[in-house]
Amino acid sequence: MRYVFKTSYDADIRLFKHRAQAVWYGLLLLLVLATPLYFVAIGDAYLLGEITGVLILAIAGMGLMLLTGHTGLPSLGHATFMAMGCYVNINLLGAGVPWVVAFPLSGLIAGAFGTLIALPVLRLHGVYLALATLAMSILTSDFVVMAEPWTGGIAGAAVPDINLFGIEINRYATPYKFYYLVLFVAILLVWFYRNLLRTPTGRSFTAIRDSEISARAMGINLTRTKATSFFLSATAAGLAGALFGHSAGYVTNETFDLVMSITLLLMIVIGGLGFIHGAFFGAIVVGIIPVAIANGRSFLATTFDVNINVPGLESALFAFILVCFILFEPMGLYGRWLKIRTYFELFPFYRKDMFKRQKSYLKTDRIQ
Amino acid sequence: MSLLDIQNITLKFGGLVAVDNVSLAVEKGEVFALVGPNGAGKSTIFNLISRFYDPVAGTIRFDGHDLLQNAADQVPGFGIARTFQNIELFEQATVLQNLLVGRHRHRQTGLLSNIVFSPKAYREEVRHREAVEEVIDFLNLQPYRDKMIGGLPYGVRKVVELGRALASEPKLLLLDEPASGLSVEETQDMAFWIEDIQTQMGISVMMVEHDMGLVSAVSDRVMALSDGKELAMGIATEVQSHPAVIEAYLGTGEVSKTGTSRA
Repeated sequence: MRYVFKTSYDADIRLFKHRAQAVWYGLLLLLVLATPLYFVAIGDAYLLGEITGVLILAIAGMGLMLLTGHTGLPSLGHATFMAMGCYVNINLLGAGVPWVVAFPLSGLIAGAFGTLIALPVLRLHGVYLALATLAMSILTSDFVVMAEPWTGGIAGAAVPDINLFGIEINRYATPYKFYYLVLFVAILLVWFYRNLLRTPTGRSFTAIRDSEISARAMGINLTRTKATSFFLSATAAGLAGALFGHSAGYVTNETFDLVMSITLLLMIVIGGLGFIHGAFFGAIVVGIIPVAIANGRSFLATTFDVNINVPGLESALFAFILVCFILFEPMGLYGRWLKIRTYFELFPFYRKDMFKRQKSYLKTDRIQ
Repeated sequence: MSLLDIQNITLKFGGLVAVDNVSLAVEKGEVFALVGPNGAGKSTIFNLISRFYDPVAGTIRFDGHDLLQNAADQVPGFGIARTFQNIELFEQATVLQNLLVGRHRHRQTGLLSNIVFSPKAYREEVRHREAVEEVIDFLNLQPYRDKMIGGLPYGVRKVVELGRALASEPKLLLLDEPASGLSVEETQDMAFWIEDIQTQMGISVMMVEHDMGLVSAVSDRVMALSDGKELAMGIATEVQSHPAVIEAYLGTGEVSKTGTSRA
């Protein structure tokens, strides 16, 4: 068990609670920086592409985590913001705007679009908000078809390569550069996210999540704060969408469909709502499952001569996993990790109900 | 001029008159208590001051401002902080974070400087923590500083909620049943704190409370309400012995000869 003796306010404010934690995250950073070396050594970058895909999903997941995990607003429409970011990026690049400008701009425009959507939708709560965003997600594909001059309609649009200060980056031609680029964006966003959570903005988000009425009584403007959260969330999703476009190389009206929106929500629930780690854990699970299913299938086919070819098997497995998480581990993978860590830290004093959610007290009758 | 001045305020929920033409004034530096049976409209008056409800008639002025011209989230900006009857804390956050949300009205940095954690944002964080630390010292919350609200006992939560209100450095503190659910010792602590808040910090206190022991120990003036109407007003002992108050709590004791009794 480690006791942290705080001797200054900095101990509260700084990013790492103690030196050991900083060392562990430093090692993790080294690991992700060194990962491509392994693939250079084996000379096959296929899996690195998958890992890059996981990072892109994690970026979108962070966006949704801010909205759903930290502000308490569910959204089933984040693929729409990804689509927005992706197509804005394509069109800006097509118009000759340099990538360093086009990429952030695609996020910001997706964010502005998100705010625009948010203002009428934010009067809704819980399941109704989820339904409204679901409707938006269903409409996305139609709008992409209708906006053919910009999106290429059903035929789809090719995504130009990235030109970063003269360095050409393409997912297939230069997978290592693309990996480092995505990694840089992901780390930058994690830093922004952590900063938000330790400053008044982030605290006002969590305040709204836990009790709207007392957030208001503390002087937090609900509409403005929720719209801010929507803006930041849609911005991150837009950036992820732009990167997703670069990763896919070619996007159509079916790329950012409802399944994508649902997958994102699934991801953060599996990963652990309310933790930045949750976005990454969830993205890893979502990224690994299709690969695992494909490998399992070919293993069964080659070893036992059993051919499983059930359409929709992946969706069914996802759904099954989600149900299991909601039933058995509502805190997600990160919650499970916290429990395991606490078990060893407190050994042998860990109690099973230590993490039990306490809802034993009446909430003030909801006014509104 | 009074700090808080409520004139002829009326609130109706459909046909029910929840607050019926009530006027009251809270002076600077006093502890003002509202008492009355359940459903008398005490908490409703708090919610009117917090601007959660819109009155159908009447005025509420605070420190020279017309509160009715402002939205609920602007009220704390004038220096009004409150607690809730059934504790409305941010459950999935630590005590420290809860108290820091109480500092929201003193926020000086915007979104951008928060995201990049500018030096200004850093200085603001330190400043907020200094202010919050004084509240933690005052209320003896040190053992719980970094604990999650979700795991704290009821009595501590009550104190945290008081602390969150104090962290905003208010001019007027609205306490909605500060002693409900507290043990005798905890209620005594609460009484001392309310006295200190009044005398040392110079904060005016308005409270709704059923515990007449606490009310008579700390309050300068007491108003009794029943069915949304003012019954009596004065110092605690006067109000307690007022016939209308006794009737509201205990009934008249007269059973009419025809067999129907008055409620």
